[in-house]
Amino acid sequence: MSENLIEVRGLTKKYGDFVAVNGIDFHVQKSESFGFLGPNGAGKSTTMRIIAATSQRTSGEVSVLGKDPEIQGPQIRAHLGVVPQQDNLDAQLTVSENLYIYGRYFGLPSKFIKSKINDLLEFAQLEEKRDVKVEALSGGMKRRLTIARSLVSEPDILILDEPTTGLDPQARHILWDRLFRLKEDGITLLITTHYMDEAEQLCDRLMVMDKGSIMAEGSPAALIKKYSTKEVLEVRFGSDRNAEMAPAMQQLCERIEVLPDRILLYSDDAEAVLESIVAGGNHPNTSLVRRSSLEDVFLRLTGRSLIE
Amino acid sequence: MSVTRSERKVPKFGARYILEARIRGMMKFFWVIVAVAILNPLLYLISIGLGVGTLISNNIGPQGIDGVSYLTFIAPALLASSAIQGAMDEVVFPTMDGFKWGKVFFGMNSTPQTGADIAGGVFLGAMVRTVLSVGVYSVILYLFGAMDSPHSYLAVPIAIFAGASFGAVMLAFASYVHNEDMFFTIVGRFIVGPMFLFSGTFYPLDTLPIALQFFGWISPLWHATELGRYATYGHSISGAMIGVHILFMAVMLVVGLKIAFRQFQKRLTK
Repeated sequence: MSENLIEVRGLTKKYGDFVAVNGIDFHVQKSESFGFLGPNGAGKSTTMRIIAATSQRTSGEVSVLGKDPEIQGPQIRAHLGVVPQQDNLDAQLTVSENLYIYGRYFGLPSKFIKSKINDLLEFAQLEEKRDVKVEALSGGMKRRLTIARSLVSEPDILILDEPTTGLDPQARHILWDRLFRLKEDGITLLITTHYMDEAEQLCDRLMVMDKGSIMAEGSPAALIKKYSTKEVLEVRFGSDRNAEMAPAMQQLCERIEVLPDRILLYSDDAEAVLESIVAGGNHPNTSLVRRSSLEDVFLRLTGRSLIE
Repeated sequence: MSVTRSERKVPKFGARYILEARIRGMMKFFWVIVAVAILNPLLYLISIGLGVGTLISNNIGPQGIDGVSYLTFIAPALLASSAIQGAMDEVVFPTMDGFKWGKVFFGMNSTPQTGADIAGGVFLGAMVRTVLSVGVYSVILYLFGAMDSPHSYLAVPIAIFAGASFGAVMLAFASYVHNEDMFFTIVGRFIVGPMFLFSGTFYPLDTLPIALQFFGWISPLWHATELGRYATYGHSISGAMIGVHILFMAVMLVVGLKIAFRQFQKRLTK
């Protein structure tokens, strides 16, 4: 059951002297939801554009649906749905016209597209905006329309570049719900994000990227298990005392990370660590016990935070 | 939704789908386009055609310039300049929008459409607008009695040809532009303005000192105007020059499109 829709070996992309993607390997299976997690400039979008046959690689091998994007770009793109980082809807046209013309770019017959528009509008929760010009839509509506637009050609692979960046929490949740439905329908999803919660919610398997390289790969749960502890204790002693307290904290747990505003203590039993801090006569200003997240994985792998 | 799909076909001659979208876009401004197409010739014909024309016929007589009335003399030039203006607007603005303002070209390019398809579609869209403008313009010229010679209809295809050749070059030019402020200043002040003034539009080019005639020689407007005058009222030019005029515009058209097709592709897949 493991049909690879995408196979990448030694992919490198350089812009002049700058290496945006540095010899990465990965593959994506059919019906898988595969994520690229990393900060801005990690090389996620560049990788996605090469997969989507809209950017030329410098070296390496890439196969999408058994074809080379450099040679058979249009043939590959005929099977893809792409949601770019920045919406590029036609602002002069209405919501339904945008869906229509996009279907036409695939050479789809008018009748076929028209029969799909109602479903797509319903999916995007934009039925009432059907004849409204795109320039009058909110950011969340434009994102949903862009996603609906990418589905007009019934793609085999849906590529989403930072699908919820710039949206408010409510709009993000609506979008996640829509994407989750697509995942349930069995569409192969490729998602880039710098939000760990988004990656945890939507991705079966993740690649953590930083500075053009792959830092780790696996399911969200496996990554957390491998690179972090079950729980994390966050304590704050005040920004001037955090560094000073660090050596004492180090004794009490497996690993610590000292951030400017707080110390993270990694342990499978964070409550117990907190108790021993207090028992040692130290009283943090605030403390928080939580489960480990992908943010911790990223911190461990790169020594940096995802959102800077 | 099915995930297993058979091989999909890439649409042939993709530019027609881009054209379809461009026409939809233009329809949103339909009345603006029509108003411009009507007002532009009216203003020129009333101010220059009648004003300057009367001055000329009062001083030289009705066979004022080149053996014909002033209106007949400027009609092919006005038609060609309207074609050039219409073609330019409809390549420059969509290209800036496509690459920079709304980035719609990047959306088109994530479908089977290629850079060349997109450039071709934008160009064809500009041609639709050009044909419309020239059509309206020629009707108005006719009503003013400026299309009175037996072959005056020939000025129409010649003007469209001029619009196509200049439009192709501007399409190529616009596809390189990243900073549009400079671009519009350069195009407006140093290309279109001088072209209109120094292409023998309002008086024969050879009235100018030879050094200034140079502007006319490199201007598609002058080549179209000469051809148009030859075709409509038999303005005397040599057979060789007819070939030069046609060749000049044909080269602009082919080279412009070739560069545009390549640069669109390059800029989209950087």
